[in-house]
Amino acid sequence: MRRHPARHTTRRTALASCTALALALGATACGGDTPTAGGGKSLAGQQVTVAGTWSGTEQKNFQKVLDAFSEKTGATTQYVATGDNVSTFIGSKVEGGDAPDVALVPQVGVLQQFAKNDWLTELSTKTEDTVDSGYSPVWKHYGTVYNKFYGLYFKAAHKSTVWYSPDAIEQAGVKPPKTYKDMLTAGRTIADSGLAAFSVAGQDGWTLTDWFENIYLSQAGPDNYDRLAQHEIKWTDPSVVKALTTLGELFQDKQLVAGGQKEALSTDFPGSVEKVFGPDPKAAMVYEGDFVAGVAKDQFGKTIGEDADFFPFPAVGDGEAPVVSGGDAAVVLKDGKNPKGAMALMEFLATPEAAAVWAEAGGFLSPNKKLDLASYGDDTTRQTAKSLIDAGDTVRFDMSDQAPAAFGGTKGTGEWKLLQDFLRDPSDPKGTARKLEQAAAKAYQD
Amino acid sequence: MSTVTTPPARHASEPPAPAPAADPRRGMRRRGRIIAVAFVLPALLLLGALVVYPVLFSVGRSFFDASGDRFVGGDNYTGMFRDPATLKAIRNSAIWVVVAPALLTGLGLILAVLVEKIRWATAFKLLMFMPMAVSFLAAGIIFRLAYDEDPDKGVLNAAVVGVHDTFSATSSYPTARARDGQGLTKEKDGAYATADAASPGSVVHLGLVGVRPQDLPAEARPAYPQASRTAGGDELTGVAYLDFTPGGGGTQGQVDPDESGLPKLRVEAVRDGETVASTTTAADGSFRLTGLDPGTYTLRLPAENFAPRFDGVSWLGPTLVTPAIIGAYLWIWTGFAMVLIGAGLSTMPRDVLEAARMDGASEWQVFRRITVPLLAPVLTVVFVTLVINVMKVFDLVYVIAPGPVQEDATVLATQMWLVSFGGGSDQGLGSALGVLLLLLVIPAMVFNVHRFRRSQS
Repeated sequence: MRRHPARHTTRRTALASCTALALALGATACGGDTPTAGGGKSLAGQQVTVAGTWSGTEQKNFQKVLDAFSEKTGATTQYVATGDNVSTFIGSKVEGGDAPDVALVPQVGVLQQFAKNDWLTELSTKTEDTVDSGYSPVWKHYGTVYNKFYGLYFKAAHKSTVWYSPDAIEQAGVKPPKTYKDMLTAGRTIADSGLAAFSVAGQDGWTLTDWFENIYLSQAGPDNYDRLAQHEIKWTDPSVVKALTTLGELFQDKQLVAGGQKEALSTDFPGSVEKVFGPDPKAAMVYEGDFVAGVAKDQFGKTIGEDADFFPFPAVGDGEAPVVSGGDAAVVLKDGKNPKGAMALMEFLATPEAAAVWAEAGGFLSPNKKLDLASYGDDTTRQTAKSLIDAGDTVRFDMSDQAPAAFGGTKGTGEWKLLQDFLRDPSDPKGTARKLEQAAAKAYQD
Repeated sequence: MSTVTTPPARHASEPPAPAPAADPRRGMRRRGRIIAVAFVLPALLLLGALVVYPVLFSVGRSFFDASGDRFVGGDNYTGMFRDPATLKAIRNSAIWVVVAPALLTGLGLILAVLVEKIRWATAFKLLMFMPMAVSFLAAGIIFRLAYDEDPDKGVLNAAVVGVHDTFSATSSYPTARARDGQGLTKEKDGAYATADAASPGSVVHLGLVGVRPQDLPAEARPAYPQASRTAGGDELTGVAYLDFTPGGGGTQGQVDPDESGLPKLRVEAVRDGETVASTTTAADGSFRLTGLDPGTYTLRLPAENFAPRFDGVSWLGPTLVTPAIIGAYLWIWTGFAMVLIGAGLSTMPRDVLEAARMDGASEWQVFRRITVPLLAPVLTVVFVTLVINVMKVFDLVYVIAPGPVQEDATVLATQMWLVSFGGGSDQGLGSALGVLLLLLVIPAMVFNVHRFRRSQS
């Protein structure tokens, strides 16, 4: 009985030391090749462990950022992929006394949870100063819990972009619209040309919450948006009903939604991109964040900026054009083994220099306004980045990411499910608002 | 062996032997008991740690709220029966328990009896048993794809649509429609008719939109040259055209130079609700209805031109999702039921069957009166095992049901998981659901254990 775990441990230790060795070798090789002029390698011989959800290409590109850090400070770094559930992963590591030094958390809610559990260290004043001068205050606000600055937003997402096929809208003879009303008019003209206006990914509830958030942020304004995100106003508020009515008008228009509501409900997110950029297009536009470009490029071989382009989600009614965003925040864990190295890494991540490394590699937006836009690899990304920076303090975080997971982040329940029901039958916005309020009250427990 | 050896324990009630001789015996008995306990202990500990403790813990946890700090009594249990999602889970679980084991046992029985009579029985059994080797997750993903609503992806709908389309013709313009206020109004059955009446000798153009240029029939020609045609005294003429200039421009409701004609469109002249003439448009969309008496007519484009494409069956829609998942479950388990029942069949005394046949019983009578009653014990075992199995079905439901209908397909096991870990993070309510599931499984368990005991004695 006892031999089994022992053997297991041995194997694991062997594996770990092997990895460490490989990493050390890699790092020395790296450091040896490129001697840096000046700048004392103050952290030589120290190791900083970083945990994040990134894998694949993103992990590879983030590794470049970490390598730049190693080159600068002499510290070695180790990246651990957490899988999708960061909070469970970090939780078990903290309990087990093996916490990483730095973690990257993708949701505001998780950041707050970590802070409330007292797992985080406040960031150094040097990082704070860099953020004060380089970021819009809103980003600091989302990284602050109980007046303490814990989270540095390193990577951002822009979720107010409507992607379109230039061929399709040219065929219909319309131009990218500036207002929501124009967008619907243009959509109907596109429908006359034989193509549906939008493909809606109703099978993935989160795309519907993003639709709602953009309309709500523009129509009801950032203040109401914040209050609704905190559940300070109820979902039965007239502003919510109004936004739902606006959304319902689009949902129930057979000309605007590819295949109508029924088909939208059986379309997932990659499927919705395929309907616009795939081999047999069924719609001209698809709304979702900047990551649509990645799918269009990698899966359907489109050249971004030529075969696929975007326009900012237009302003609804008299409101400003919305900029809904998301991002990954870097935090320092209290139980990490190398607090000094962790702080140094945070100071580095806050600089435009660090952001530039990934920006050149692509698939990245930085909320750091000091980052030279020329660092981005292509025009479309540059435009998205510019739109995000220009929005300044009106940027708002994805509301469903701020809500408890039971309400804003679970397949088949809460906001996802209720908005899917709304897509199926958009005739009763008031009733939907009432159900949303019930679900929210339960999840926020207030 | 002689009677001198130690008597077995059940002789303990015999009159005690003289005192000096009794001591070693009692010691031996005690040692025997200690050894027995020593042997049983590991199993007991494991059972205690892995079964009894979790059960008791769940029961205890079900009386606390989501955070686990506040005692709420029976609130979780009452809340459970008020939550529509849980009620749906209970209803679905009931459907599963009633339908799946009965169907499986029946199918298994029929297949087992039939397989006995074919030559390649082993190969057939192997084939039927093979899905058992596929993991539920993989089977779920396979069926999720098979049930996909898009006929290009889902094989079932591809078959349904294929069969449907061979028997009923498809329309040429399923997506076409007329713009509002451009002279054509939509009728209830999907046909379009001119709003204004026309008398013979006039020219009427019928403009439609909503057809992609690449969806036009290959022979379609521009409508413009025919737009200026004139009509004879007894005819109505005009063009049916696509009222959309590629790249924009053009005037709505007017035949513009770049606009294509719509060939093969059926056009009818209707007078007092009766169709008096009909024709089909040419490649350039032109049509001519001749031999009309003087009077007023409306032109009508019948609904058959626009019949929407048949989309197949919405397998994973809210109504069919549970039967669809049960179908996937049958695919996996039929082999199991068949092999088990087949084993029972092969141990059945053949002479009884022979005797019945000699007495002139038909095959159906043999099956009904002899085979089934003799197989009853095996059938019950299969049935009860499947009932227990069906109660805990999780993976198939979780994998096959798409997000929007997850709640329509949910069963107790998925609901329990969703409530406790899948975002609900209310382990109090989750435990209550677990306890409910346990209570429902217990009768089947007790029944099975009873049977087992009886068959052993």
